[in-house]
Amino acid sequence: MLRIQYGYWLIAAFLVYTGGRNLREGQVWRGAFWLLLGALFGGGDYVLAQQAAGNVLPAQVAGGAVIALALLAPRLHRHPQAETGDTERRLQSATRLGHKLFVPALMIPLVTLLVALFGAHLSIAGHAVFATPQMTLTGLVVACVVALFAASRVARVPVHQGLGEGRRLLDAIGWAALLPLLLAALGEVFTQSGVGAAIAALANAILPSGSALACLLVFALGMVLFTVIMGNAFAAFPVMMAGIGLPLLVKQYGANPAILGSMGMLCGYCGTLVTPMAADYNLVPAALLELRNPYGVIRAQWWSAVGIFSVTVVMMWLLVFR
Amino acid sequence: MNYWPLLGVAVIVVGFALRFNPVPVVVCAALVSGLLAGLPVPALLALLGKSFVSSRMLLMFVLTLPAIGLLEHAGLREHAQRWMTQLHGMTLARLLVGYLLVRQVLAMFGLTGVAGAPQTVRPLLAPMGEAAVERILPTMDDADRDELRAVAAATDNVGRFFGEDVFIALGAVLLIQSFYAQHGIDLTPLSIALWALPTAIAAFVIQSLRIWLYQRRLQRRAARLRVG
Repeated sequence: MLRIQYGYWLIAAFLVYTGGRNLREGQVWRGAFWLLLGALFGGGDYVLAQQAAGNVLPAQVAGGAVIALALLAPRLHRHPQAETGDTERRLQSATRLGHKLFVPALMIPLVTLLVALFGAHLSIAGHAVFATPQMTLTGLVVACVVALFAASRVARVPVHQGLGEGRRLLDAIGWAALLPLLLAALGEVFTQSGVGAAIAALANAILPSGSALACLLVFALGMVLFTVIMGNAFAAFPVMMAGIGLPLLVKQYGANPAILGSMGMLCGYCGTLVTPMAADYNLVPAALLELRNPYGVIRAQWWSAVGIFSVTVVMMWLLVFR
Repeated sequence: MNYWPLLGVAVIVVGFALRFNPVPVVVCAALVSGLLAGLPVPALLALLGKSFVSSRMLLMFVLTLPAIGLLEHAGLREHAQRWMTQLHGMTLARLLVGYLLVRQVLAMFGLTGVAGAPQTVRPLLAPMGEAAVERILPTMDDADRDELRAVAAATDNVGRFFGEDVFIALGAVLLIQSFYAQHGIDLTPLSIALWALPTAIAAFVIQSLRIWLYQRRLQRRAARLRVG
């Protein structure tokens, strides 16, 4: 059965390969960074299994490794990436291969889509091919492997050259690749240390009483602000709902809970568009597209976020108290 | 109420404002918050390690890099650009708005993983958009290229975010439902998801309008260049 864990092992192998290549080229810090991250990916299941069995030592070692990664990250200077092969050669190759180049590229979304839609029905000799949890992501793993082999066939180059090209792109992304995981861990630590409860208490302290509109505005802006801090609307939602949404807006002012919940969450999504804390949507794409300004994607999203937020708040005001 | 863990938030704000490397800033913030909340160091380390490895799925995108890198080596971006110049009816705005629509509809059906910055924006949307910009503004420089790429990534994000909330079996709707259920209010997922539709439509209109304004700005610049 194909499980998501195989994907983690593939990532670990790719990270170790990238680290090894860097070490051989004398990039010691960069090599150590990727090797350590690869070890965390390979050993992750062991850490979780031991934690579940009551042994926290592997998790503590992993925590130490995360701190070591943080110390290594500033030493990874982003270098302008040297494209392999000159433009002239790539133009010729593009002319020769034509639309065939699109086939492997489109295979990534298409195979993912097929697995997401039909993976549950696929079985060989009575055994399900795909494990149900994380079906789409498992599909993405399969799609990436299929696309790599298809690309190597179309371009008539060996598969290991794909690893080399992938490693070049990964080095160009650098430490930004780490941020989404770190921010998820930070969110967990914030929750455990009661940051959310403290913010909700502060919001309640400044809340003007007696005005439903003011209360709704504090709720909506609180969703945005908290999402900007945590990088994730899912973390903001329970805090703002428990602090303001449920006791005041729903219970006291009679707001419609379905509308308040849905649109309140979407206010938080507007916050996601403008915060560097949502690194996987804002900073990683900027690195991946090789923008010179790491905040370029956020800048492009700023006015969209303001517009969508304003419209949503007005709709909430009109709909929620009816 | 212990307000001291809020200093972790202050570490983040100051660190990002001073443009320090975000990686150590984030780890410092976690340590500060955890220690000020009175978590013992071994427990804090274990919490950090466990939550880090639990979110490994966030790095899944690196598996696309070998295939994409190989195709780029073989001229994928050059081909996407050249193809774009041959599609005569396809303007910059039509390309981006069309992508926005497809991305949003796919997300509404829960298919958020099929597109994204590594899978579709970098290899396809960005080079095609660059070709479309170049057709409007032949003097495109590096700043213009960066702007187009940022707009393409933004369009991808807006489409994803404001589509996925309409899908009933995805995180957001289930989170809202389970929150209310815990507090004694029973709602069906569908009733929650339907109320995400007005914002989904508003997001589509607003982003499309901004794309159109962006195209018009480029066209006006090109017109001024021709006159001057």
